[in-house]
Amino acid sequence: MNKITKAFADNKKVLIPSITAGDPSLEATKELIIAMEEAGAGIIELGIPFSDPVAEGEEMQRSAGRALAAGTTTDKIFAMLKELRQETQIPVVLVTYANPIYTYGCEKFFDNCVACGVSGILVPDIPYEERQELLPYCKPRNIALIGIITPNSRDRIKMIAEEAQGYVYAVSYYGVLSDQVVEAKVAEMVEAVRKVTDVPVAVGYRVRKYAEGKAMGNIADGIIVDCRIAEIVEKHGAEGAPNIADYVKKMIAAMNA
Amino acid sequence: MTKGRYGIHGGQYIPETLMNAVLELQEAYEHYKDDPQFKEELKALYRDYANRPSLLYYAERMTKDLGGAKIYLKREDLNHTGAHKINNVLGQALLAKKMGKTRVIAETGAGQHGVATATAAALMGMECVVYMGKEDTERQALNVFRMELLGAKVVAVESGTKTLKDAVNEALRVWTERCEDTYYVLGSVMGPHPYPEMVRDFQKIISEEIREQMLEKEGRLPDVVMACVGGGSNAIGAFYDFIKEENVRLIGVEAAGRGVNHPDNAATIANGTLGIFHGMKSYFLQDEYGQIAPVYSISAGLDYPGIGPEHAYLHDTGRAEYVAITDDEAVAAFNYLSKIEGVIPAIESAHAVAHAMKLAPTLDKDKIIVVNISGRGDKDVAAIARYMGVDLHE
Repeated sequence: MNKITKAFADNKKVLIPSITAGDPSLEATKELIIAMEEAGAGIIELGIPFSDPVAEGEEMQRSAGRALAAGTTTDKIFAMLKELRQETQIPVVLVTYANPIYTYGCEKFFDNCVACGVSGILVPDIPYEERQELLPYCKPRNIALIGIITPNSRDRIKMIAEEAQGYVYAVSYYGVLSDQVVEAKVAEMVEAVRKVTDVPVAVGYRVRKYAEGKAMGNIADGIIVDCRIAEIVEKHGAEGAPNIADYVKKMIAAMNA
Repeated sequence: MTKGRYGIHGGQYIPETLMNAVLELQEAYEHYKDDPQFKEELKALYRDYANRPSLLYYAERMTKDLGGAKIYLKREDLNHTGAHKINNVLGQALLAKKMGKTRVIAETGAGQHGVATATAAALMGMECVVYMGKEDTERQALNVFRMELLGAKVVAVESGTKTLKDAVNEALRVWTERCEDTYYVLGSVMGPHPYPEMVRDFQKIISEEIREQMLEKEGRLPDVVMACVGGGSNAIGAFYDFIKEENVRLIGVEAAGRGVNHPDNAATIANGTLGIFHGMKSYFLQDEYGQIAPVYSISAGLDYPGIGPEHAYLHDTGRAEYVAITDDEAVAAFNYLSKIEGVIPAIESAHAVAHAMKLAPTLDKDKIIVVNISGRGDKDVAAIARYMGVDLHE
């Protein structure tokens, strides 16, 4: 069984913090991941920074920019993950864009994923129609290619959910720059997924407030938090572990309330 | 594999948020592209509004001065708004209207595509917002004001390198917000399918006219057609009808900036590698980890780290050749064409002129070269003066 599936076992609600590797340094990232696990995070989404993150808002672009400016590379991230594995076995889902994977070489990239115990991959600019770009590498290595659905996916949800692995990433906002969780829409999306698969649904993308965590916790199996974490890292840098741990704990409490 | 492939290039590598919007566009385009009424309306706009057909002009003094092949200039600079961009924009704005959209957004580099989009939006009574890299708004301040005069809102993009690629990023982000009423008018033969195909179809009129005009003037096809390449829309437009004519050499001219071996360049075919970005698989200037490289050219319109997928394919198959011209060579050509023919070309087009100046003397006098003058140079006058160290007291 993939480690992601285990994290969702026993109908537990899972908090999935998303963090950019190398912001502000890879050493800090490692410490933050451990702090988040201790605070109760069930899965970590770890971003490989990309120069042009078109599917994300400005907090995440700034975060990627800081990581790249610090000299973060895909190879250094894999090296950090190997070190991390000495200390924790928390499931890790890598988040990046098509180009860093493709240019690195898919074969080599996913071999390294296996060597570092990576459980899943989330690539916002590989839609369902282009999944064959990655799926042939993921499948034999038991790495989940996370499917994404959005409030305007409509009739596309069925086909995406049918092939879902790990969890389905349900985007809670209409757009990249939006600041409005569409709660009713999320409930509808989750229901559409439930009709075709038992794969858990995690709601995310710009979810930041505890109230949103509570509302989404009632609907979905897990919550992904990204931009608030990027903001804390932006403010506190390598010293941000206590603040992030505090945020993760409160979000978990809200989600289970 | 999705539709819209050119060999291995092309595709639809976009976030799920945009998939339905792009599929809706694909469906609408497939419906209207062969619709007689749509074609008739577009033809009328080209003729009555955009001043088509554009002239094919024999550059006699230039030909004599260079002493080789006969040079013709395809005068896209004489189109309404001063560049080939209007061909594409009128097509897409008309399509947007048919799709019931009330608002258009666009990215722009040099500002020509933004001006064209603002123009078409004014003509069709649509709201228009143009995204432009902060650095480009400074390089092309005149075009920013032109867009505002036309009723568009211009948003200066401060993220990343603050140039064309960042303007595309921002337009894509904004489009995810408002797919319902908003149409994204992409300015070049790039992005996810159907854009590369659709923009090429709206630009191919350039090559269709060249064929007709050349047959009329010379009774035969040209030996060489050349055009500058950023994303590649004027070049694909100038090439397309000749791709099937094996005896017509097609040459795309990229921007080498400070030199093709200098870090400051935008020569994607010369220095790029295969990648996936902005919705397409193609060649990109990037590092070994797939981080998109900052690019540089004096020309804001060629300052893009990628190239349209059909050009990538024409390069792979060897059907088209791609060469690179430096800032210095382009500025020299800008000056040269102004003085010898009384035609001030856009600095983008001056890259093609520069290569013609190299090639023409090496060819026999019975050969014919067509250079696509994709736009006029008025917008560049201040920047060229700065480059030459002339103080204009602006």
